[in-house]
Order: sequence, then C-alpha cells, then structure tokens
Amino acid sequence: MTHGSTRRRRHRRRVLWPYFYVLPAIGAMAFAFVYPLVQVVRDSFYAGNFAAPTWVGLDNYRGVIDDPAFRQSLLNNLKLLLVVPVMLGLGLVIALVLNDRIRGGRQYQAIIFLPYVLPAAAIGIAFSFLLQQNGVLNTALRQAHLGVLAQDWLGNSHLAIGSVGGLVIWQQLGFAVVVLTAALLALPPETAEAARVDGAGWWALQLRVLVPQIRPIIELLTVIQVITVLTWVFSYVYVLTSGGPGYASSVMELYIWRSFSNGANGTAASVAVMLLGMASVLIGVSLWVRRRADIV
Amino acid sequence: MRAGAGGRVVGLMARHALLIVVCLAALYPIWFIVSTALKTNADYQADPTGLPTHPTLGSLRSIVADQPLPRWMWNSFLVTVSSVAVSTLVALLAAYGAVFGRFRGHRIFLSTSVALMVVPPVTLLVPMFVLMVDTGWVNHLQSVIVFYSGLLVPFAVFFLSRFFETVPAELIEAAAVEGAGPFTVLRRVVMPLSGAAAFTLVIVQSIWVWNELLIALVFLQNENSRTVIAGLTQFQGRYSTNQPLVLAGALISIAPIVLLYLAGQRFFVRGLTAGIGK
Repeated sequence: MTHGSTRRRRHRRRVLWPYFYVLPAIGAMAFAFVYPLVQVVRDSFYAGNFAAPTWVGLDNYRGVIDDPAFRQSLLNNLKLLLVVPVMLGLGLVIALVLNDRIRGGRQYQAIIFLPYVLPAAAIGIAFSFLLQQNGVLNTALRQAHLGVLAQDWLGNSHLAIGSVGGLVIWQQLGFAVVVLTAALLALPPETAEAARVDGAGWWALQLRVLVPQIRPIIELLTVIQVITVLTWVFSYVYVLTSGGPGYASSVMELYIWRSFSNGANGTAASVAVMLLGMASVLIGVSLWVRRRADIV
Repeated sequence: MRAGAGGRVVGLMARHALLIVVCLAALYPIWFIVSTALKTNADYQADPTGLPTHPTLGSLRSIVADQPLPRWMWNSFLVTVSSVAVSTLVALLAAYGAVFGRFRGHRIFLSTSVALMVVPPVTLLVPMFVLMVDTGWVNHLQSVIVFYSGLLVPFAVFFLSRFFETVPAELIEAAAVEGAGPFTVLRRVVMPLSGAAAFTLVIVQSIWVWNELLIALVFLQNENSRTVIAGLTQFQGRYSTNQPLVLAGALISIAPIVLLYLAGQRFFVRGLTAGIGK
C-alpha cells in the first residue's frame, strides 16, 4: 500500500515538474510574440490614434497598396534579394579556398568574420561618410584620375539601394564564409580522397564532389539570408540613406517606422501584417529545409 | 603532373591574394573609423584618407566629456546585462524541462521556438510601443529590457536544448536514482557541464542587444535614456560637419565588442552560426 503510493507520487512529480520549468518561457513568448502578433492584426483594421480607433475594414491595406512609397519600399526589398546570390557565390569560393588547409586559414577567417559582430548602425555611419558626394571614396577616385567613376552613391535615387546592398554584403559575407567552411570541414575526407585518386582536378573536385555534399546547408543559408534582406535591414537603411532620396531606398521596415512615427498606426500595422505573411511563408520553408537536412 | 611545382605556387599565391583582398576590404572601414577618430576635424577635412600623422585624443576626449556618451554606454550595459540574464535563466529552465522532462508537447514547444526565432521584431513594434505607453515605461530602460528578454528566449531555448541533447542521459538518470530532484540535477550535474555553451549563448545575446537599433530608437526617446547605438545615430545628424567626433563615438561603441572578439573569437563564431550548423 505505502509502496504503491510513493511510486505514484514519484510518478506524478516526474510528470509535473517540466511544466513548471517551461512556464516562464511560455509566458515570455506569449508576452513578446503572441500578444503583439494578435494585436497588430487587430490594429491593421483600425485607423486613428489609439485612444479612439475607428474600424475601417481593409482600408489601411488598400491605402498602402495604392501608395507609391510602399510599392517602392517593397520593390527595394526585392532588389536586395540580389545580395543573396552574391554572398553565397563569394562566400562559397572563399570557403573552398580556406578548406584547402591554407596556411593562416584561421586568422583569415577571424578577420573575415569580424564585420558580422559589429553594430550595423556604427558601421553604417562610417559607410555614410565614405560614400557621400564629397566623401572618401569619391575623393580617392578623383585623386586616381578616375573621377568619371565618382558617383553620388547615397543621393542618386538609382544608386542608393545598391549602396545599401553593398553594405549588407560587406557585413554579412563573413557569416556565409564561416557557415560554409564549417560544413566543408565536417565532410568525411574519404570521398574527396577517392576523387583525387581518380585524377579529378581542383575545380572538378570542388564543384562535383564537395559542393553537392553541403547542399542542405547552402539551402538553409539561402533561406536565412532571404529572411534577413526582407525583414532585418532597418539599421543599414536608417543610417546610410534614411530611405532617401524621397522613398528611393526605403524598405518595408522603414515604411512601417515612418508611418508609425507620423501617427499612422493602422497603416504601420497593415504593412507589418503583410511582412509577417511573407515571413511566415519563409519560416515554413526554413522549418521544412531544416527537417529535410535533419538539422532540427 | 604537368602543372607541377610552378603551377602549385601560382595557385597558392592566387589563393592568398584573394584572401588578403577580402581581409583588407573587411578591415578598411574599421581602420577608417579608428584613424578618423584620432584626427582633428581640420586634418580630416584636409586629407580624409591619410594616416593620422598627428594622432590626437581630442575628438575622443570631447565626445566623452561634453556629451551624454558615458551615460549611453552605461544604459547599454545595464540593458544588455539585464535582458541577457533574464532570458538565459528562463531558457535554461525551459530547455532543461523540455529535453530531460519530455513533457507532453515538448516537441511542439521546441519547434515553436525555432519558428519564433525568425519573426521580424519590426512587426511587433507598434503594439509593444502602445503597451509601453500605457504602462508609462516609455523612456525608461525597463521597457526595452522586458521586450528584449522576451525576444531572446526562443533562440536561447533552441540553443540550450540542442546542447542538452548532447548530454548523456545516463548522467541524469544516475543522479535521479540517487534521489536527487530535478533542480538538484540541473544545478549539480547539468550546469557544471554547460559552462562553455552558456558562455557562448551569453555572448551571442549580448551582441544582439548591444547592436539593436530599431526598438531602442522608438522606446527610448529622451536624451538621457538612449542606448549608445541609438545615441550614435543622433550624433550622425547633429555633427555632420565634424565627422571625427561622430566616429570617435562609433569607435567607443564598438570597442567593447572588438575586445571581447579578440579575447574569445571561437565563442562568437560557434554561437552566431549555431542556428544553422549541426
């Protein structure tokens, strides 16, 4: 009798304690994610300030879609997608070179990764001084008698978003390099050995033997970088161009911030919901890629 | 073997050349910040790219003495330490409960964490700001501390649960057989094993909080409550004609991170790529 009851008690304790342990985390996620996500969807159907909101149905969404500034912002996010293949290609070449057990490889990698840990805003400010009309880059170009190449990198509406993309590549390339180097390092040496014995040249070895084996990591890296350029570039744009000239280099995050700063909370919320829709698709893709690659 | 030794040397030189060019490109903007911060404005105007031939601490001194920069550094420090401490503690308990307790739904809990890791914070901004206005926390550090803490939890849970899965279950069971309760096992068995992993996690989260701009910009709007990164963007507009002054501020804001990186580079690399590697 006593034996049975202690066993039951221990059994119950084993079943219950994990719920208590996980409760604070669930509370934190509910507070920081669930509450604002539910609320932002609600807000997107209202206009006016938060003291006296009025129901406007889908008007916020209609207004946003008709707004050329929003379309420009969305288009710029899509343009920034071009950054992804550049980072992947360049990152892959550097990772393959590092993978050849090159002397000083660790030191090279440490330097290449450094930009990734620095605050985007502080670095972006330095870039804004480098790239402005009479900034360092143009001065250097003129001194080298290459004045024809000097451009208004931040003030020209055709170039500004390209400059933002350049900054993103500069800061995030190291991440791709480190991830790809680690993936290459984890490969079993036998397959590369066998290919070498078969007389495969350097390029054939890289492209036919090594790269296909790290394909799952390349896919996941692609998804992560797409998410980054669509949803996590506010700091770069804010300090480099503030979205200007006009809205020429604005992105969706900046559009949300500007609407919100102007008191158009409903507008900001409706763009947030659209961004969230895009992010959800990408989150779904990333979970799927992870499962397929057996990473989670 | 026609390529021979000559071909191999050329190949090797080409590889080093590529890596050196990439490293120079990575370092130049950082060098630009350092060298400009050591110039007077007049020197900088005369020759923006040159070496600081007469290095001076003038810009650094005036940005520290005449500006709220020390206050902003202190704010950033408080915010970083508090949010990272809270999220690490909360995630430690949750990951331990999920991995070793295996409660009903622990898988759903873990994949929810992975999904939340990629929710863009900008989509949460408007409702959270309204909440902070209602509670009267706008312009007070606790507004960003509680929000950051919550935002960090999913990654921390993901990171720690992945680490816990590598801890041999026999260790836990052996302690449990000896009658140790779950908290004792966590404290005596699991935590001593988690030192390096926990430190890596703390580094990653600290960088994230220290570098964050958008939320700090919106939640902390008066001069004394800013974080250093948000404050820097104020300098950028205010002193657009004195760039050495602005970059002196930038140098001070990145210095703690660079020093930490030099001390423990492998923790940065391992932690920041944890979301992706195996």
